[in-house]
Formats: sequence, structure tokens, C-alpha cells
Amino acid sequence: MAATDIHFTIDGVGVTAAAGQSVIQACDAAGIYIPRLCHHPDLAPAGNCRVCTCVINGRNGAACVTPAAAGMVIESATVQLTEDRRTIIEMLFVEGEHPCPYCVASGNCELQALGYRLGLVAPKLPYQWPKRPLDATHPDIYLDHDRCILCSRCIRASRMEDGKSVFGWSGRGIRMQLNIDADGGLGKTQMAAIDKAAHVCPVACIVIKRDSYKVPNGDRTYDQAPIGAEIEARKKETLPS
Amino acid sequence: MPNPDPVLSDIIQRFGADRGRLLDIAEAIQQRFGHIGKSAVGSVAEALGMHAVEVEDMISFYAFLDRTPRGRCRVRLSRTPISLIKGAGAVAAAFEAALGISIGETTPDGDFTLEWTSDIGMADQEPAALVNRVVLTELTPADVPAIIAAVRAAGDDQPLAALPKANVRPSLVHSGPLLSGTIGRADGIEAALLMSPDEVIAQIAASRVRGRGGAGFPTGVKWRLTRKATGSEHFIVCNADEGEPGTFKDRVLLSAFFDVVCDGMTVAGYALGARQGLLYVRGEYSYLWDSLQQALETRRALGLLGTGICGRPGFDFDIRIQLGAGAYICGEESALLESLEGKRGAPRDRPPFPTERGYLGKPTAIDNVETLVCAARIMAKGATWFTAFGTAESTGTKMMSLSGDCARPGVYEVPFGITVNDLLELAGAPEAAYVQVSGPSGQAVAPKDFGRRIAYEDLSTGGSTMIFGPQRDVVDIALEFAEFFVAESCGWCTPCRVGTTLLKQGMEKIVAGNATLSDIQATEKLAGSVTRMSRCGLGQSAPNPILTTMRNFPQAYEARLRAEDFVPRVDLPAALADAIEVQGRAPTAGEI
Repeated sequence: MAATDIHFTIDGVGVTAAAGQSVIQACDAAGIYIPRLCHHPDLAPAGNCRVCTCVINGRNGAACVTPAAAGMVIESATVQLTEDRRTIIEMLFVEGEHPCPYCVASGNCELQALGYRLGLVAPKLPYQWPKRPLDATHPDIYLDHDRCILCSRCIRASRMEDGKSVFGWSGRGIRMQLNIDADGGLGKTQMAAIDKAAHVCPVACIVIKRDSYKVPNGDRTYDQAPIGAEIEARKKETLPS
Repeated sequence: MPNPDPVLSDIIQRFGADRGRLLDIAEAIQQRFGHIGKSAVGSVAEALGMHAVEVEDMISFYAFLDRTPRGRCRVRLSRTPISLIKGAGAVAAAFEAALGISIGETTPDGDFTLEWTSDIGMADQEPAALVNRVVLTELTPADVPAIIAAVRAAGDDQPLAALPKANVRPSLVHSGPLLSGTIGRADGIEAALLMSPDEVIAQIAASRVRGRGGAGFPTGVKWRLTRKATGSEHFIVCNADEGEPGTFKDRVLLSAFFDVVCDGMTVAGYALGARQGLLYVRGEYSYLWDSLQQALETRRALGLLGTGICGRPGFDFDIRIQLGAGAYICGEESALLESLEGKRGAPRDRPPFPTERGYLGKPTAIDNVETLVCAARIMAKGATWFTAFGTAESTGTKMMSLSGDCARPGVYEVPFGITVNDLLELAGAPEAAYVQVSGPSGQAVAPKDFGRRIAYEDLSTGGSTMIFGPQRDVVDIALEFAEFFVAESCGWCTPCRVGTTLLKQGMEKIVAGNATLSDIQATEKLAGSVTRMSRCGLGQSAPNPILTTMRNFPQAYEARLRAEDFVPRVDLPAALADAIEVQGRAPTAGEI
């Protein structure tokens, strides 16, 4: 244990963080799963979805953008937070179009998996039925804007990992949408199927063509274990034998 | 890429092809060409070393920047509960009829685009409108033909200043100690220069002045934190993005007391060790641009800005004005910083706080216009003078913007601790039935609470006070506020982006008289989630008008309630209308 280590508690469990870690990074390393959607371990956090909101020292804050600090008292798995997180997932389900039974991402979709994990049965909020066109101009990738949950993962990945800035926002508020760096569709951008940005989408907005059913339904990531199980497995690994 | 338009190149070069000045560049292009088209976006991106998608990211955020051509003359009617009770609906209808277009449309000759816009800071003289940069006030339907004729006569390049009703009333009805007497241009800074910067901060701390935007953070603490923070530069930012509907006191300060504002910023510059101050003025107040720039020039000529201020060698400080472009969220201090850096006004996560990493990542104090006026006056007259007014926790006076159903709307400087009842008496509103304190993000106050006090420890407020008489419907007004937050949500985070729209839809069902008790409970529950989960103050306070009207005016909601257990959102007869027409018959019982 280094002298610079930071100690805090989450739901009464002690966690040790290294300097510079966010709350979510420290908890992930400790095998404690905080539900999250826009956060991706390889990308800088952006705090878009707010699913990872915890009560941190009595105030709500997103675990992905909050630096771990000594003595923090964090609540995460409370009834209220679980309900609020479920409401956010429900909001995303009704904001776009997410027909799980016939969606290519079913079983690999983090939105769907969080719905299951947080106990969302069926949305009761009113569907917004946005009109967003599908972009199939790229030879290897299609872009289904109806599925977009505005998590900004592709924006961050394209800018920081790929150095291309293929994606950005347009508009604000409920009219905000994913925008691309070309007039004639994704096919006119520098996007390539091997880009990081093509492989971080949590839903079926950015989809690699001719690849969708290589793994059949039933054998997919979250068909095997609920989302977060891979993080919680780390805790078991660190238990004394 | 073809060679860009020389005018475009000139604009870009005027701002040093600096991507940090992208908002200025975009505003200049908008003003010159009426919109920022694809080729302009391409030229700007190339000149600034950016991707086009990054330029569009910024431009598409602001209500006053367009990517497609609109009318030569933009008529933006202020839409607030106050403007509507003063007759904005009839004025809008008169424009629609005279121009032959609906709200949101452009006339075929390209002369006019007609739109609603959020509150433009004229609540005491509504109905008001922006016609390009010109403010028209106290409009009636009878004014509309003359306005249209004057715009058509003005042609392309002539200013519109001579339009009928292009007159903004000064608005200050009552001044207290802060704004009374003779105030010299440099009273504050001259007094400050007799002390060390640390002593200046100690004086500010001793006055116990707190942020006048409504949040009430102690100014002395903010300044001390900023001064102590390490950085190659420090900044003072004056937040004049007064966007809270119903407030207009900063307009008064910018119009009539701008030297005191500058004096306060200069005091802060001295105290913080800042060489640059930035004044962020909302785009709606762009009609003040020339007079503000003129005032800065005068101060430079008098040695009150620039190098060696007041003859003090080494004390260099100047002020740059940044004009906003129609985004309420930019009044949120971290969104304001993003906007100042030429980006979309999406708030930042904290920590780090601006005192540590603010403008350009450097230590920055962001203060409300009124707070800086207080700072200048505290320097000149002393902390003890200041603490003699107000309450123990809320020292000094507060500038209140009173509007709505009252005889004497305007700005009143009153001591903290004044009751809502006292305010209503000042404004001449004996019949008030509902007061919205601190704008839509504040709270709905019912007559039983009119004895409450304006103070950080009771009703904390930035000053907006909207007064409604017994003839107004509280639920209608709450819906208007819900629509305001839909228009102004930045969209960054899910709870606010989606939640504000869902709350508006919940309110629409209530207003339409189709809501059951369970609908109202669902709206209340949703409001709670939006409050708790949103990223910044906008989302966290967006449900306030709904929650506080539900709490304080339950009878208004009960009056709209449907007795059934469930009323569907779908209006079945309306949904089936097309099918019935095609089929030529109504559905049989078995079919529905």
C-alpha cells in the first residue's frame, strides 16, 4: 500500500484508491460495480448519462467524473438511487427507439442490460418517436441515429483515440443529435471500421456491417451474465483463499 | 477548399484566427451574412485548424446563430408568463396576420422571420421583442403595421434604431444606499489601492457580501481561493448573462451604473492579481454594445483601464466584453466559461472549481454584476457601512426586479430581510395571489407565505419577482416555465435533456384536464429524479416550478383533476380519424 493511497467507503465497504483515480475507477478495481452507461474504461469520462450518480458526502455526484478523495462517504446501492438510475434508463428507452426483440445489439447492448439489471420491466414514460435518418453510406459501418443515446463515447474515441474527430454534437436540449464531420454521410468521413470509435457504442447506433449475427442471440455477453458481473468477479478474485 | 470570401477572412483575422474566439467569429459572420452556411463553416474550420464538426458543434448550440438563411429581419417576441399576461399573444397574432406567416416561418420575400424567444430582460415593459439587435417594448397589436413598414423602408444596410417602440425604459424605480448619492468612476479602486490585495480581500470578507446571482457564495472566500490558487494568470469574470426570466436588474446596472461595474471589476483585478477581466453580456442586451465599448474607451483614456491604473506602476488591467448568443445555460458559471472559450455552453463537472481552474484553465473568480457593484461600494464606503444594512446572514441590499400584475414594475434596491408583502406594497400589488420568487428556477410562493423574507437564509433569490393576480392560473404558468426549461436545457445529460421534455408533457396532460391522480403523482416522482440526477443547477432546479406549485397551490391542480383511475395519453377518436375517413365507416365494437 503506497503512502499516497486514498481511502474511502462505499455502502460501508472500504475502498483504497490510487491518486488520480476517479471514484468509479477505484470501485471497479475493488470489484464494486456502480451502474454506468456513458463511461468507458478506455476513454476520458464525460458525465453525460448520470447513471453512475452516487450520494458522495451527502451530495449527488457522478462517480465517473468525481476524483476519489480521502475520507469520502459514498452511497450507491440505495433504493432511491436504483430507482433514479432506472428512471434514466427508461428516459433513454423512450427518447430514441430501442426495440430489443429485433435489434442487432440485443444481448450485447449495455442499455438493455442495465434495464434488466435495474429492474426496468417496460417503459411507462411516453415514447418520443424521434425522426432521425439512418446513415448507410459507409461501406463497412452503418449509423442508426434512432438508437443513439448521446453518450458521447464515439465523439471522445474519435477525437482522443483515433485523432479524427469524425463525430460531434449538433443542436441542444431534446433536439441534440450526433453529428458527423462531412456533408454526404459517414462514408464521406475518415471513419474506418478498425477505429476505436466504431467499437465503443453501447447500443446499436454504430454497427459494423456483415458482422451482426456472428454470435447468435442467446450466446451474447449479457445472455451469459448480467452487466457488471465482470467487475464484481474481481472482488471474488481478491478474496483471501 | 476554394479561397474563402475576403470578408470572411477579414472577420477570422480580426479575432486572430483564435479558436478561443470562435463565438465572436461566429457572431460576426452571423451579423454580416445573416447565417453561417456550410462554406463559411468550412472556411472557419480550416483557418482555425478545426474540424467542421467541431465548428458546427458550437454554432448549432446557440439560439442566435443560424446554419441556414433566415429573414433579413428577425422578430423575436419575448415569451414568458409575464409577456403573455401583458398581451404578447395578441401581438404575435398581429405579426402573423400582417406578414402572412406563422411563428417560426420566414416571409417569401425573405424580409422577416417571426419567432418566440425566451425572456429578453424586459419584464417590466412587456410585451417586448428583439428586432435584430433592437429592443422594442410595450408593444400592442396596433404597433405592428408601422414596425413592419419601417423595417421594409429601412432596406438592407440601414440601422433599425428608429423603429416605433424602440425604447427601453430605465427601470430603476427605487435606489437604496448602494446606488444613491454621487458615485465617482474610480471610488472603489482608489480606496483599494491604499491597501494591499490581501487587505482588499479582508475588507470584502468583513462585509460578508455574498453572490448576488442567488447562490450566495461568500465573495471574500471566492476571491481568497482564486488569489491563492496557482496559475500563470488569474481572471475576473463578470457574469452579465442575466437570463433568469423576470430579472432585469443587471440591465439597469449596465445601462446606468456601468462605471461602478467596471470599478468593481478593477478592484477584483487588483485583489486577485488579474490582468484581464471578462464581461459576459447576454446576446439579448447587444443593443448596449456600443455604449459599453464607449465607456471602456473613456476609462482607458482616463487611465482607469490599461497599464499603470490610477498611476500605480505595474497595476495593469483591462476588460474584454464577450457577447452571448441566446443560451440561458450560459448564466451557469462553468457553462459561461465554456462559452467564453468559444465552445458550446455545456457546464463542466466540478471539481475542479473555477477558482482553481476556470477560464483557459486558470484561476478565475466569476461574480454577478451586482456583486461587483457591491465590491466597489464596499471599498469606497467600508465594510461596516455595508453590514449596517440587511440581516446577520445577508448583509447589504438586494436589487429586486418586480414585474407582472402590479402598478409599479421595475427595479427596487431594498435591504435584505424585506418581506414579500413589503415588496408587493412597493410594487402596488395588493391583490397578488401568487409570486414566483427567483424566476422559474426559484419557487412559487402562495399568500400564506407572503410574510417570508428575502434573504439567503429564507427566500434566496437573484432578484426576479413575478407577481400574479387572482385571475391567473398557476398551472398554466407552471407549464410555461416547463417549456422554458425544454428550450434552454443544454442536452448534455440525460435527466435534464429528456426529463424536461417529459415534465412538460406531464404538465400538458394536467393543463388539458386529462390527468388523473396517478398522472400527477408520476409527474411529481419524475420531477424528483430530474432534481436529484441532473448534472448542473439548470436541471436540478428545472422541476422547481412544478414541485413548488404542486406543494403551495394544490387546489389549482385538484381543479384540473380527472376522477377516473386512468386516462390514456392517446386520444382514440383522433387517432382513428384517418382510418375512419379511408374506410368510410366507424370501427365496430369488436375492432377496438
